[in-house]
Amino acid sequence: MTKHETISAGNIDLSRRSFLVGIGAAGLVCGFALPGVPRAAAATGSFDPTVWYGVGADGLVTVNVAKADMGQHVASTMAQIVAEELGASWSHMRVNLIGNDPKYNDPVLGAIITGGSWSTMMNFDAMSRAGAAGRLALVDAGAAMLGVPAGECIGQESRVQHLASGKAVSYGDIVKARKVDKAYSADDLKAITLKTADQYTIIGTDVPQIDIPAKVNGTARYGIDAELPGMLYGRIVTPPVRYGAKVTDVDDSAAKKTIPGYLQAVVVDDKTGTVTGWVVAVAKSYPEAMLAAELLKVSYDKGPNAAVSSESILAEAKRLQGLPGGELYWKTGDAAGAVAKSAKILEAEYTTSINIHAPLEPMNATAEIKDGILHLYSGNQFMTRSSAIAALSIGMDPKNVVIHQAWIGGGFGRRLDSDMMVPAAAAAQAMGKPVKVVYSREHDMQMDFTRPLTYQKIRAGLDDKGAITGFDHDLVSAWPTKRWGIPGFLENSVDGKKNVLDGFAAHGADFYYSMHNHTVRTVLNELAQNATPSGQLRSVAPGWTFWAVESMIDELAHAAGRDPAEFRLAMLDGSDGNAGAQRLANTLRVAMGLAGYGTKTLAKGEALGVACVSSQERATSSWTSCVAHVAVAPDGNVRVKKLTVATDIGTVVNPDGVRAQIMGGALWGMSLAMFEKATLKDGAIEQTNFDTYTPMRMKQIPEIEVAIVANGEPARGTGEPTVTVVAPAIGNAIFNAVGARVRGLPITPDAIQGAMKV
Amino acid sequence: MAVLTINGRQVTVDAPKSTPLLWIIRDTLDLKGTKFGCGHGFCGACTVHVDGVAVRSCKTHLAEVDGKSVTTIEGLSEHGDHPLQKAWVAEQVPQCGYCQSGQIMQAASLLATNPAPTRDEIVEHMNGNLCRCMTYPRIVKAIERAATDVRASIETQGAGRKA
Repeated sequence: MTKHETISAGNIDLSRRSFLVGIGAAGLVCGFALPGVPRAAAATGSFDPTVWYGVGADGLVTVNVAKADMGQHVASTMAQIVAEELGASWSHMRVNLIGNDPKYNDPVLGAIITGGSWSTMMNFDAMSRAGAAGRLALVDAGAAMLGVPAGECIGQESRVQHLASGKAVSYGDIVKARKVDKAYSADDLKAITLKTADQYTIIGTDVPQIDIPAKVNGTARYGIDAELPGMLYGRIVTPPVRYGAKVTDVDDSAAKKTIPGYLQAVVVDDKTGTVTGWVVAVAKSYPEAMLAAELLKVSYDKGPNAAVSSESILAEAKRLQGLPGGELYWKTGDAAGAVAKSAKILEAEYTTSINIHAPLEPMNATAEIKDGILHLYSGNQFMTRSSAIAALSIGMDPKNVVIHQAWIGGGFGRRLDSDMMVPAAAAAQAMGKPVKVVYSREHDMQMDFTRPLTYQKIRAGLDDKGAITGFDHDLVSAWPTKRWGIPGFLENSVDGKKNVLDGFAAHGADFYYSMHNHTVRTVLNELAQNATPSGQLRSVAPGWTFWAVESMIDELAHAAGRDPAEFRLAMLDGSDGNAGAQRLANTLRVAMGLAGYGTKTLAKGEALGVACVSSQERATSSWTSCVAHVAVAPDGNVRVKKLTVATDIGTVVNPDGVRAQIMGGALWGMSLAMFEKATLKDGAIEQTNFDTYTPMRMKQIPEIEVAIVANGEPARGTGEPTVTVVAPAIGNAIFNAVGARVRGLPITPDAIQGAMKV
Repeated sequence: MAVLTINGRQVTVDAPKSTPLLWIIRDTLDLKGTKFGCGHGFCGACTVHVDGVAVRSCKTHLAEVDGKSVTTIEGLSEHGDHPLQKAWVAEQVPQCGYCQSGQIMQAASLLATNPAPTRDEIVEHMNGNLCRCMTYPRIVKAIERAATDVRASIETQGAGRKA
């Protein structure tokens, strides 16, 4: 039974909606619809054809953006899609960031969540239809005002224009005259004929991102900038283990004695178990809260995870891999049987370390309980869940929460979680006043919901002609999305068990190569799951699955005596029914061409390496390839000289923005591949700040070239896929340069030197 | 207690002398453009100028700026139109934007003393400022663009005077 499916262009996997509807079943849905949620567009007299935007009497169009903008400029992207169909001038577009009001639930996902590189893909149609509805209504109203037939008018540049006479009226004047008030039902919207790509004048252009001016003059407001009258400040004190500790005693006598502004130590009794063993030192100023926190003497029961380490997690992963169990994520043919009968058998283990999100804006939240409503000011990627967690953590009804969204100082999946709201809510409840809680960098790193330590083992075979016979892939890790406790988020196994596996720990292992015998088994590492609650780190599973897959494919190519790029292209023929395989092949060809693959004689110790990926998920793939050019010194030190990346995301809304995401994503991928490593010891993350956890710096960046394949297919995502392609491209280049095969991330000079000697 | 000039305005701050300047700027003076990133000078998000020199405000004590002049992103230019700010927009540098006040303040201290920095000089000067979104390539381009713009405007003014 094959799980391969044909993904036709534009066929969004609506089954995902059912994932999120499952949130309701878990009792976590936030069903409130309170008045008074700030909304710039709600100014009296604005024209709101749908919930997604309003046109004011001044002609300004304010788009309500329920997608978290963490630097991917998604707010601007939503506005750009609306502006195209609305016929609005770009200079008239504004954005309003939406919190947790379910009125703004994602039209496909049925919740307010930002992740998976889903936003543009899943909102393109809804924003287009909303924009078109407004244009149609404005054209009708404007034509009536001009006394001409609507059929002879167009809506463009924020004006209704009668082409024959040259008469025109601006959108603002139509709204000001109160001549337009049409609201559109879902059926009305569905019936609208949208523009075709050749008619676009705004989509596909580099309009400037709306959020950027405020980010260069200091006026952009992030969660950490929230300020409420009478606000107090909280600094958290966290236990010496990542998860599972309990506070047994707090002695604040020293803080009381020496810190004038110190008020109280609040022990966080989190009823959702999101955080354990936390205390908040509350004071009148943040510096005083910092000093007080240092003076608190907190005693702990360290709980069950105090002896867990990276080493014990890896040892447990290896033990689990050797046992039956786990769940089948993918199965075509009989991989184990086919491998066993092969002319050549390759077996290899691949690992990735624990990794930390470390967005530059540390986790923070400001909470206030007012008139029975918990108000939270905090940038967040999963409003639907976070609002519920915040409320339930202090025993409140999730209906009574309002989250005020802000620009986000780095998300990368970290702000899908809600832990930062828990101590703020607890402190606000205890103090009866608004409290702002800001993590130190140390808290932010040590209490991160990390990318889990992963262990993968692949056995694969080649026949006597050098073709792959079978590919048997085991994955062992913590399961980041299982932790959310939302059954609907779990996927079925291919042998028919319902909601048993975390696809977000396996996506990518279902690659697009034509392969008749292919098995993927995914195993939950409970030890890691308990000791290191894991999260969704930019690109999630494809960040580790493609490391293993694309390294092993390379190993097989070399074992078969074939060029690794040509070896891949031959398997990306779509013969297995994998529509999209050819698109991936084409990006590989583009990247190879740009990088001069096969055309250059390189110096000793230098080489090119390739990788290609279909992140994020089958139903939401983009197609991305990378050629890495490395120079490896005899001591194992690597210099990445150049990354050439080609990606096919179908329709490109803002090419400059996409280039920014691809570049940032590729450099993120390189940073994870070479510079970022966290370790667990005695149940605690050992790295505490940017001196020990070391994302890439300016000096370390390579030359980078980006090609966007914009072929008019429906828009796909771009925030994450590039992250996943870089590590295997670099690893493969290192092998080509010096014959050293490195199978663990991050790649270190020691590991390379060790592999060179083998 | 300390008396300092902040963005051209003299203020008296009543706080312990060991208080990090960062929190005085953000919370006491309500200038939120300067950001907290790491607390130890590792990331540069909190970079401001003290008497024209780029410093990490998270590890600068209030006592160290007594009688001195502090400039934050809000005071770098009157209308957000410093050549670097214009170049940052032209190159569409920021992603999340959280580090960018610090990046711009760090870059401004370079251009103030070196109007024609080489790429290596730019990288050397900027290496301590972390950008988690990895906008580094555009930061470099924006600094080069600003430097070119400043030189061009000086030349234009010079030519104007000659005429």
